[in-house]
Amino acid sequence: MSVFDIIGPRMVGPSSSHTAGALRLGLLARALLGRTPERAAIGLHGSFATTYQGHGTDRAVVAGLLGMAPDDPRIPDSLSVADQEGLEVSFEPVDLGAAAHPNTLRFDITAGEDNVSLVGASVGGGAIEVSQVNDRAVDLSGRFDTLLIQARDVPGTTATITQRLAATDINIAFLEVGREKRGREAMMIIQTDHAIPDSIVDEIEEYEWVISTRRLSKVTD
Amino acid sequence: MLTSIGEIIDRTRADGVPVWQVVLTEEVEDTEQPETAILERLNERLATMRSAVERGLSSDAPSVSGLLGGGAHRFETWRHSEASVVGPFVGQVIARAQATMEVNARMGTIVATPTAGSSGILPAVLFTAADELGFTADELVRGLLTAAGVGQVIVARASVSGAAGGCQAETGSAAAMAAAALTELRGGDPESVSHAVAFTLQGMLGLVCDPVAGLVEVPCLTRNVSGAVQAVTGSELALAGLHFPIPADEVIDVMGEIGNQLDEKYRETARGGLAATPTGQRLATSVRWDGPGFENTNAARARDLAREAGISSDG
Repeated sequence: MSVFDIIGPRMVGPSSSHTAGALRLGLLARALLGRTPERAAIGLHGSFATTYQGHGTDRAVVAGLLGMAPDDPRIPDSLSVADQEGLEVSFEPVDLGAAAHPNTLRFDITAGEDNVSLVGASVGGGAIEVSQVNDRAVDLSGRFDTLLIQARDVPGTTATITQRLAATDINIAFLEVGREKRGREAMMIIQTDHAIPDSIVDEIEEYEWVISTRRLSKVTD
Repeated sequence: MLTSIGEIIDRTRADGVPVWQVVLTEEVEDTEQPETAILERLNERLATMRSAVERGLSSDAPSVSGLLGGGAHRFETWRHSEASVVGPFVGQVIARAQATMEVNARMGTIVATPTAGSSGILPAVLFTAADELGFTADELVRGLLTAAGVGQVIVARASVSGAAGGCQAETGSAAAMAAAALTELRGGDPESVSHAVAFTLQGMLGLVCDPVAGLVEVPCLTRNVSGAVQAVTGSELALAGLHFPIPADEVIDVMGEIGNQLDEKYRETARGGLAATPTGQRLATSVRWDGPGFENTNAARARDLAREAGISSDG
């Protein structure tokens, strides 16, 4: 919690949770896909479902999917920009259960053959909490540069990657490793204090047991 | 991370420094950024806040919905008339709290302090203090730090989200932050800063979030006015040497508890309070877009709205 979370974000109005926070969730969904989506289905839960248009949530979410920052002056026109860039968007109310924060969004976005999903809440003042990535439970705040690595479940993968990061003085703030089934695929989520340079990501992608990597740059100030 | 007003005061005593310095030192430790970089960024934020106030005061442009617009400008004229009794300080606070909220409602650029829905309060109080009492930009940046410290404690102990805790969590928090900043700027010691927080927030407890048509407009704008005036009052009470018997941390805790108890209809869902009155519902129908279906936002609508409201020209 930085002073810039309280005195900020600098943003296009009207609502830090419905506009700036929603935009940041869109940015993370875009980063997860790795490029501008062609189709985006947005599920709106709780307060988002009733007030999304009045607060400009629709425009903010789309602005995030297009990679705009929270103070980008094009946000009010983002739906037109989406049209121009070939992004087709739909919104619909969803019920994600009583435990879900009242301002929760679900993204199902696709580009070409790739599709990803993300569930996250805008918890106030522009802060966010991502609770699911590709239907897998996670706990991400967008406050750290994050590397998601999907890998085959073989011994030594975590050690190799953490040693690689340590060799470049990249400090790991949080590390989470999980797998669906022994010997199959594992997902590694690494949140770091320092940005991970392209060269390191490229190197990690070269390991033969790595299936894919995604870098989610931090979205908070 | 700052989690207690009491702890901040202990640290001001231990180190012999004001509240803003404790907040700055904590930020340096947390983020590993140098003091100068933090102060510079806060100065930039301050400039954005100032610019939003100025644009709001000088423009009659309506909000995206058309529910708001021109109120700050109109009040600014009124407060200079002989009929107004409110005085220059509070008069400016009232005009400026509206100004930022009007800019926000037409999708202009503002700084969320701590949220966009409560973004009118801190700039109204700080810039009025600057213009009436002669504080410099560097002093106002210290005010932002004091305010941020209070905001951090509120986030840690309760919430600043209207959807989670009602309007008390948004405008109540903003008012408490502004009261703390104003009190320290005016020479109040850390104890009086704490009392200013308590005096201000106790008067905002229980306030529900009931936005008409779900928009950050009615009653958000006038709640910012109430919060800003409450902040000035809380600061005055504290500087007069009055003590609120319940410590600031406990007032914050109870704000969080009340927020948790609030029915969902009073937490930004636009299903209760003023939003659910007959007139609130009528206004909602009149400003809501009811084009082809809920599933499909279309770009044409956005373009029409943008054109009608002239929001594209409001950088």
